[in-house]
Amino acid sequence: MDFQSCVNINKEWDIVGARQIGRDFARKIGFGTVDQARIATAISELARNIYLYAGTGKICFETIEEIDRKGLVILAVDDGPGIAEISKVMEDGYSTSGGLGAGLPGVKRLMDEFDIISEQEKGTEIKAVKWVR
Amino acid sequence: MDRKLKDLVIENSDTIVQMWLDEISKGRQSDYTSTISEELFESTNREFVNVIFASVEKQGITTALEDFSERLVNLGWPLSYLTDGLQSFRRVTINYILSEQTQVGSDYFSEVLQAVDNWVDPIINKLVNEYSGSWEHIVSLQRVALQELSAPLIPVMENITVMPLIGTIDTERAKLIMENLLDGVIKHNAEVVLIDITGVPVVDTMVAHHIIQAAEAVRLIGSTCILVGIRPEIAQTIVNLGIDLSKFPTKSSLRKGFQSALELTNRKIVGTADSHENDIEQLVDSLDRE
Ligand SMILES: Nc1ncnc2c1ncn2[C@@H]1O[C@H](COP(=O)(O)OP(=O)(O)OP(=O)(O)O)[C@@H](O)[C@H]1O
Ligand SMILES: [Mg+2]
Repeated sequence: MDFQSCVNINKEWDIVGARQIGRDFARKIGFGTVDQARIATAISELARNIYLYAGTGKICFETIEEIDRKGLVILAVDDGPGIAEISKVMEDGYSTSGGLGAGLPGVKRLMDEFDIISEQEKGTEIKAVKWVR
Repeated sequence: MDRKLKDLVIENSDTIVQMWLDEISKGRQSDYTSTISEELFESTNREFVNVIFASVEKQGITTALEDFSERLVNLGWPLSYLTDGLQSFRRVTINYILSEQTQVGSDYFSEVLQAVDNWVDPIINKLVNEYSGSWEHIVSLQRVALQELSAPLIPVMENITVMPLIGTIDTERAKLIMENLLDGVIKHNAEVVLIDITGVPVVDTMVAHHIIQAAEAVRLIGSTCILVGIRPEIAQTIVNLGIDLSKFPTKSSLRKGFQSALELTNRKIVGTADSHENDIEQLVDSLDRE
């Protein structure tokens, strides 16, 4: 997939930048306020994980249009340490940083589709999709 | 050599100034200065070029240059006006000097370049420093201003305090919220403190975590924290995230939160005017019916 728009995550305020661009995308595609808030929150979680655990990475956005539906794809990519046990980090309450451990399982519930590919020492790639209802 | 070139340039300053003004006005059409009035642009150009000549002549930074750049900084002129202007000055002057010579050897050519660079570069450095210095100053002032705004505490009445939060919460601000909250609760002797998040655009796990910790800390020093201003969409994302806020009271609006705070401190609002209010209510009701 060819992503139109990416935001680099290097410092904490880049999270806010990514959120704003994501919200703009969501508004243009036609999501309502609740879904816009869900999307902005999901971006916030993914971007903050990149900032906290990988140091740097990027968040990319893409609109998808199919015959009968429209949606937004969010891709979070980093080449940080990767995740050893994916099933563990998807459990509610699992955190290695003293956080709530609600980020990743939360993103899965906030969005409609959720895929995570990660290899240790190589990095992590998370793709999440939300469809307009 | 430098002396001779300088004399040449200063003696012919009128010609060089004219060439420079022509070039500057040519480049004007579509750029940043197009919003500035014609007269201001021209008078600024004249002053600018005089200041440049004064600096070249005196072989150094003059107070006139400092005053000039300070004024432009304050007026918000773009730095590129000054750097572009000085680059044009460099080009025009080199062209002029070379055109005065019938034959130009490569030695002479490089000496001219060197000499003109020696005049222009210190001025550019000075101006860039002046500009970035003032930006840094502004940024640091704004940082202080933001910090003062970031976690305000309002003691609305005896034992009840409100902390209205507006805007994005980053980790630095989250720490300030915690500190101000605890300091304020003790200072104002607050039994109940209301945190209003109406103006917080996104409540993610980090923000929620900090609010939970702050509320817990307030509980530990013997007061109660009520979270208010939870917009419907925020309520839904918090539920989706699976965050448990059941341990401390929440209310949708500041008004409802304030009512709970009154109850918690054994007080209630009593109206003083009796008949008047009823009159107004009846009036509103009758208007509704029409
Ligand atoms: N991009 C990443 N690279 C490496 N490890 C990650 C990445 N994202 C998440 N993790 C790991 O997965 C764990 C769970 O992440 P999750 O976002 O669910 O919770 P958290 O970040 O610890 O807390 P929070 O509730 O504040 O998000 C993290 O503690 C971290 O160890
Ligand atoms: Mg997280």
